[in-house]
Amino acid sequence: MKRSVFATPYIVWMIMFIVIPMLFILYSAFIKDGQFTLEYVRQAMESPKYMNVLLRSIVIALISTALCLLIGYPVAYILSNMKKSTAAILSMFFILPMWMNFLLRTYAWQVVLADNGVLNMLLTSLGFPKGEFMYTQGAVLLVTVYNFLPFMILPIYTVLSKIDRSHIEAAHDLGANSIKTFFKVVLPLSVPGIISGITMVFIPAITTFAISRLIGGKNVALYGDLIEEKIVSSGSLGLGSVLSIILLVLVIISIFVMHRMEVEQGNEEGGTLW
Amino acid sequence: MVKRLANFLKHSYLGLVLLFMYAPIAILILFSFTDSRTMSKWQGWSLGAYEKLFADGAVWVAVKNSVSIALISATVATIIGTFAAIGIYSMKKRRRMVIENITQLPMVNPDLVTGISFMLLFTAIGFTSGYLRMLIAHITFNLPYVIFSVMPRLRQSSNRLYEAALDLGCTPMKALTKVVIPDIMPGIISGFILAFTLSIDDFVISWFAAEGVQNISIYVYSIARRGIPSHINALSALMFVVVAALLVIVNLRSIKQEREAEAQANKLRSK
Repeated sequence: MKRSVFATPYIVWMIMFIVIPMLFILYSAFIKDGQFTLEYVRQAMESPKYMNVLLRSIVIALISTALCLLIGYPVAYILSNMKKSTAAILSMFFILPMWMNFLLRTYAWQVVLADNGVLNMLLTSLGFPKGEFMYTQGAVLLVTVYNFLPFMILPIYTVLSKIDRSHIEAAHDLGANSIKTFFKVVLPLSVPGIISGITMVFIPAITTFAISRLIGGKNVALYGDLIEEKIVSSGSLGLGSVLSIILLVLVIISIFVMHRMEVEQGNEEGGTLW
Repeated sequence: MVKRLANFLKHSYLGLVLLFMYAPIAILILFSFTDSRTMSKWQGWSLGAYEKLFADGAVWVAVKNSVSIALISATVATIIGTFAAIGIYSMKKRRRMVIENITQLPMVNPDLVTGISFMLLFTAIGFTSGYLRMLIAHITFNLPYVIFSVMPRLRQSSNRLYEAALDLGCTPMKALTKVVIPDIMPGIISGFILAFTLSIDDFVISWFAAEGVQNISIYVYSIARRGIPSHINALSALMFVVVAALLVIVNLRSIKQEREAEAQANKLRSK
């Protein structure tokens, strides 16, 4: 008996629940009443509304990914330079919120930002006027960054803490100061971690609909909201399927681009979160 | 002096980011001990939110669903996934590449698309049990994570162990359970833990795949759209305490193991 037989149950499962469901999306996107149709594609492409929402989603996902990188990289860097046992305990605190339910994390910000929420309570008790925070683009950005920050910190930290210290010592011995060492040695070596961090933030950020629905309301609808609305509320499965295929293509392109960047860095082996 | 200043700045920065990460959670926990409709004014301590939480049947149904689906889906995914990893690892390169790539698909695929694909499949074949729909979806998205947790362990362990077990008269199944699986156990355990947490955390896939069944995420989503009821604060506080306790237990175990390994290494070196 060959050992590859052990994979058979998995392969059967995969075909039934990964491959076939994806074929169903293709089917409902391109087949109408048993006929091939591009009607839904036309609807998705022609409407400026859909394109605007798509653009907005890309922009918000890009900005929140950049913010996560900007905030998260220094955290990972500082942690990786600490004593191993201290870093192990501290990094636990940075992962902990990741384990709490995603919806509850989002809900927490609703409590803070609501019109009669905690932030406004603080403001009024200090004598400031009330502000309107909910249903703004800034709030959506804030909560997206909040939710996905650990996913940026962790892969970068993993890669940074595996860097061979002798590279850094060699750079110092050869006369590079700490700033030069950082930009010429540490940063390039940490690119795999940065890339997996970006992937792990950008993809969920561009496809989210819970954050924008709860925090952004009608004002800041994203592409995910649009798809959810088409599929669940208005029942237009065809159009919803086309929109989700567009989203998938976008994600595949961004993964491909990032993979290319990694290969160009001469680093085949990517840093992974787990 | 400069070094001390640099250290101070570093620690303050970490402190600030931690403050950002924990402030909303701390606020939730604080406000779970007061029972006010709005949070615009502190209205004194109260356990009303907890009373309301324990009296609300729908919450506990959702919690039970979340926990049971996480346990069952993680277990099933760990069993199928471990065998799959062993099988895939022994395949010829080309076939292995094809299967590994398809395995990556659900990890790359946006949750939204995965969820919709399940919804279309289940609706088309008329499969109506919401609980089973959610369970099947969770097993499916857990599988790749289990496989990719087990795979690195297989790479580290020797292929010859399995062959030696066969030569010594084991059946393939016995060789697996007695030799290979104990060897890759750490990978299997971390795969299980990962699957469990992913399942507890999932919202998007469950939202589309299941129908008429609520887990914690779906429950909170449907409630939070209409306002901010105080018993959700209590639920969050309880969740946070449970999660923190679990994480501390899991991590202390591994930190202790690491320390023991270090001590062992030191002892060997001094001999």
